[in-house]
Amino acid sequence: MPEDREKLKSVSSEDQKRIELSGVEVDSDNRCGTFFQEDQNIVTSHCQYEGIEMLPIDIALKKYDWLKDYYWNLVPRDKDEYTRYVAEQEPRGFVVIAKSGSKNIFPLQTCLFMHKSEIQTVHNIIIAEEGAELHLITGCVSSMDVKKGTHYGVTEIYVGKGALVSNTMIHTWGENIDVFPRSASRVEEDGVFLSNYVSMKPVHNVQMYPVAELTGKNSVARFNSVVVVHPGSNLDLGQYAVMSGEGSSAELLSRLITKGGTGISRSHVIGAGEGTKGHIECKGLILEDGIIHAIPEIEGRLTNTELSHEAAVGRIARDEIEYLMSRGLDEEEATATIIRGFLDVKIVGLPASLQKQIDSAIDAVESGF
Amino acid sequence: MLIIENLHVEIEGKEILHDINLHIGEGETHVLMGPNGSGKTTLLRTIMGFSGNKVTKGSIIFKGRDVTDLPLHERSRYGMGIMFQRPPTISGLKLGKLLAATSGNNPGAIAILAERLGMTDFLDRDINANFSGGEIKRSEVLQLMVQQPDFVMLDEPESGVDLENISIIGAEIAKLVEKDRHIINRHKSGLIITHTGYILNYLEADAGHMLCEGEIRCHGNPREILKVIKDKGYRECIECQKIEKS
Repeated sequence: MPEDREKLKSVSSEDQKRIELSGVEVDSDNRCGTFFQEDQNIVTSHCQYEGIEMLPIDIALKKYDWLKDYYWNLVPRDKDEYTRYVAEQEPRGFVVIAKSGSKNIFPLQTCLFMHKSEIQTVHNIIIAEEGAELHLITGCVSSMDVKKGTHYGVTEIYVGKGALVSNTMIHTWGENIDVFPRSASRVEEDGVFLSNYVSMKPVHNVQMYPVAELTGKNSVARFNSVVVVHPGSNLDLGQYAVMSGEGSSAELLSRLITKGGTGISRSHVIGAGEGTKGHIECKGLILEDGIIHAIPEIEGRLTNTELSHEAAVGRIARDEIEYLMSRGLDEEEATATIIRGFLDVKIVGLPASLQKQIDSAIDAVESGF
Repeated sequence: MLIIENLHVEIEGKEILHDINLHIGEGETHVLMGPNGSGKTTLLRTIMGFSGNKVTKGSIIFKGRDVTDLPLHERSRYGMGIMFQRPPTISGLKLGKLLAATSGNNPGAIAILAERLGMTDFLDRDINANFSGGEIKRSEVLQLMVQQPDFVMLDEPESGVDLENISIIGAEIAKLVEKDRHIINRHKSGLIITHTGYILNYLEADAGHMLCEGEIRCHGNPREILKVIKDKGYRECIECQKIEKS
């Protein structure tokens, strides 16, 4: 909306570019609503789409008494020092409620922007009622002016019966920012949860291990992470899925490239229900000496579960580069083409506009290799 | 088109090819035969400029230019092309995207060629990922059709391919080396490795060469050489050479 642009006029053009790179289009028609938090200040929060409500969390908690049952429910308040810290602060962040049967074609966008403060805390709750289809894109961005800072984020996601939630998170932090997201989701019968994470820019530390509880019959979770680890960055990432619902399934996919930093990819899938299927795929490319540590864990708790994993870490195969060179690409072009292919993740169930957003975030760094 | 003289090639310090001499004129297609491990693929890979094949002596002259030390991609850009026997899979790289990158932005041509080779549905698939033997060959031929090299090398185009695919591939390879043109209008050349000679059912080769133990042992009519191999096996060629040497 044009008034959003007005509200963000204090943001430098350089920072606006970083915000856009994270998938947040300030005055675009391609979004069905916007939530913008600058440091601890809620700049804007609106959603014009019928059936979908978006509110700052403090207002939502006052408006809906029942919301307290969803607050600090999937993520325990005392999970660790970071959640305890968030719990001690005035609640900031957003609540999205997609009413039964609602469906947004254009995604809802949320932006968590660290502009001047050294600390940002957020607590988000996303609720998709029965049969709702909700697509969100969250851009997590720090200003070029923030030299040092820490972001603490708690997100609780409830995917109702037959509902679909896609949550695409694009990180554009700075070299001295530490980030501690804590998120958990619960998926009911026939529900689908898609979690996409893209981080292409330098960051100091990221530590997260999102959880999906697949309690419903035939519920589905798919995690996709596409990450470039820069020198000096330390990303400890994970994906955790517990399949307790009969026939539930989970796919945990990650692609990591290190250009000198440390990237840890933990994945853990538990087959605890009848007829469950889980698969982990972790691929790492080491472009320059750095660390990629893949830790795939598959845990079966009954006979009728099927779990598998594949993990591979290494450099780009010479025969792949030369194959492309034999078609006329020079070595640099061949390498960039292979890297772009490596990062190419096509996500089933994601609207084309969001897939395009992910593709552009990845394309933006392609020239940097 | 291609003149190879006194070529010696090492892989990891061991000489694999010894004193290779080969002349392929403009518009000519030659076939290369020989037992497994005789050095046929090494010869093709050396001509193309793949790493690991070290030329210790001799030269490769292509279109009048000494390309012995030219990087792989420059040889490709200068007009060489190669069909791989077992190309690598590149995850995430769509066949269509690679074709677009090598076609000089002529997407119309890609669509037509892909359809002719039955590869339309493969343009949006990762290169070689879960392709069958025939699909790999069709993909390779498609890439070469888009690239349009002046000199094309084909490493066992018929291996692992069923009869239906071999007829599609054979017909397209014939076009690649301009066998569909009158002899005086042919300017493209080819060098084809074959074990079975099936490819000769689709195009006539102008000459054949027998490679044994890293040496070209004889040149001649390709069908005659094949007949000797079929009747008497490779041993005859090896023995023949030993007699010649003594």
